[in-house]
Amino acid sequence: MPKLDSTRYTILFATLVCVVCALVVALSAVGLAERQETNARLYRQKNVLLAAGILKPDDKPSTSELLRIFDERIDIGLIDLATGEKAEPKGIDPKSYDPRKVRNDPAMSRAAPANNAGLLRLPNVGVVYYVKGAAGVEQVVLPIEGGGMWGALNGFIALDRDGNTVRGLTFYEQKETPGLGGEIANPQWQALWQGRKAYDANFAPKLTVIKGAAGPPAQDPHRVDGLSGATITGNAVSRLVAFWFSEKGYAPYLKRFREGGAT
Amino acid sequence: MSVSGTLMGKAERSALVTPILDNNPIGVQVLGICSALAVTTRLDKALVMSVAVTIVIALASLAVSLIRNRTPGSIRIIVQLTIIASLVIVVDQFLKAYLFELSLELSVFIGLIITNCIVMGRAEGYAMQNPPWLSMLDGIGNGLGYGLVLVLVALARELLGAGRILGRQVLPLVQDGGWYEPNGLMLLAPSALFLVALLIWALRAWKPALQEKD
Repeated sequence: MPKLDSTRYTILFATLVCVVCALVVALSAVGLAERQETNARLYRQKNVLLAAGILKPDDKPSTSELLRIFDERIDIGLIDLATGEKAEPKGIDPKSYDPRKVRNDPAMSRAAPANNAGLLRLPNVGVVYYVKGAAGVEQVVLPIEGGGMWGALNGFIALDRDGNTVRGLTFYEQKETPGLGGEIANPQWQALWQGRKAYDANFAPKLTVIKGAAGPPAQDPHRVDGLSGATITGNAVSRLVAFWFSEKGYAPYLKRFREGGAT
Repeated sequence: MSVSGTLMGKAERSALVTPILDNNPIGVQVLGICSALAVTTRLDKALVMSVAVTIVIALASLAVSLIRNRTPGSIRIIVQLTIIASLVIVVDQFLKAYLFELSLELSVFIGLIITNCIVMGRAEGYAMQNPPWLSMLDGIGNGLGYGLVLVLVALARELLGAGRILGRQVLPLVQDGGWYEPNGLMLLAPSALFLVALLIWALRAWKPALQEKD
C-alpha cells in the first residue's frame, strides 16, 4: 500500500476515480439514448397537438392514444423554406425528418439570413403540420426556434386557416430561468397568445411580447403580456416570432397558405 | 458506532431510522431547503425528487465509504463531489428515459442534487468514517427523512393550492362549481418556507430533546 498523501498516489487515485465515473456516466447516456430520443419525439408530437388545441395542457394521453390522435388529425407537409413552395425532396421521409438535425449538413441547409433571433443556419426543407378537421385543413402548426437567455428556445405556433390568427403556442424545449423566463412553458401564459394576430392589415409581422399587460385579443391583437423578471426572455420570444413571420421565415409560405395553395 | 456483524443489528437500524425523525436533515439540521421549496408544488414531483435524492445519497455514501481508506485526504472532497455528480447525471438520464415530462418539470433541480448539502454532508460527515453497509443505510435514512418532509409539504401545497392530490381533484374548486377557493399563495415558494417552519416547530415541540439550549 503506497503512502496515502504522496503526490504520485494522489494523481493516480484521482485519475482512477475520474475514469470509473466517466465510464458509468457514458454507459448510462449511451444505453438510454434511444429511449430518450423516442420520448423527445413523442413530446414534440404532443406539443403540436397542444399548440393546435387538440390536447389540453392537463391531458395525459398514453403513447398509443397520442400516436392515434396525431395520425388522425395531423398531416405532415414539407416546404421549401426560402420560397414557401411545397417541397417533395427525394430521400426524405416526412415522418422521420427532423429539420433541426440537418442544420450542419451543407447539402441540406444554408446560412441563416441576417437576423437577431440567434439563428445561425436554417434547413432548406421545413416541416409544417396541417390540422385536419371535418372541413379539411383547419390550422397549420409551424415550428419556431431562436436563442433565449440561457439556451435555444424551440416551440410551435398554430395559426388559423387565415394564416394570421394564432390558435396556440408552446415551447417544448427551453432553458430559461425557472420561475421567471421559464414561465414561457406555463400553459397559462401560452393561452394568452390565443386569438392574437401575427400580421397587421398589410401583412407586416406585428406580434410582440410587451412589458406589462396587454388587453384582450379583440382590442389588442398584436401584443402579448410580458413576464415580470424575464425581460430578456420576453424580448427573445418577440424576436424569434418576428423572424419566423417575416419574409425570411414563413411569410412566403403563409401567403400561399392563405391563398389556398401549398396544402 | 459499533458494528454488530449482522445485517440489521442495532447500529444498522439506528443508522437507518435516526435520520428519519430524530435527526431529520431538513427538520433538525435545516439542510436542503432550496429544493424543498422548488419541487413541492405537486406531490408527484416531490415523490420523484425524494426517490432521486435517496438513491443518490445511498449510492454516494456507499461508494465514498468503500474507498474511504484509500482516499488521499487532500482530495477527498473533490472525489466525493465527482462521485455524487456522476450519480446525479445517471439519475437524470434515467428520468429522461422513463419519466420524460416530469424530468422537464423538475428541470434544474435534479442537477442541483449535486449541490444538495445533505448528500455532501453524509458523504463527508458519515461515510468517510463508517463501513459501507452502515453508510448506505444512513444514506437511505437521510433520503427518507428528506423525502418525508418533501411529501408532507407537497401534500399540503397541492391540496390547499389546487385542491388536488397527485393530480386528482379532491376539493371541488369554486371555478368548476364546487365550494373550495384555492389558496394561490400555496403554489408560490414562500408558502413552502412557512410549511417547513411549521413542521420544524411541530417536530421540536413533539421531541423537546431536539431544542437547542440558548
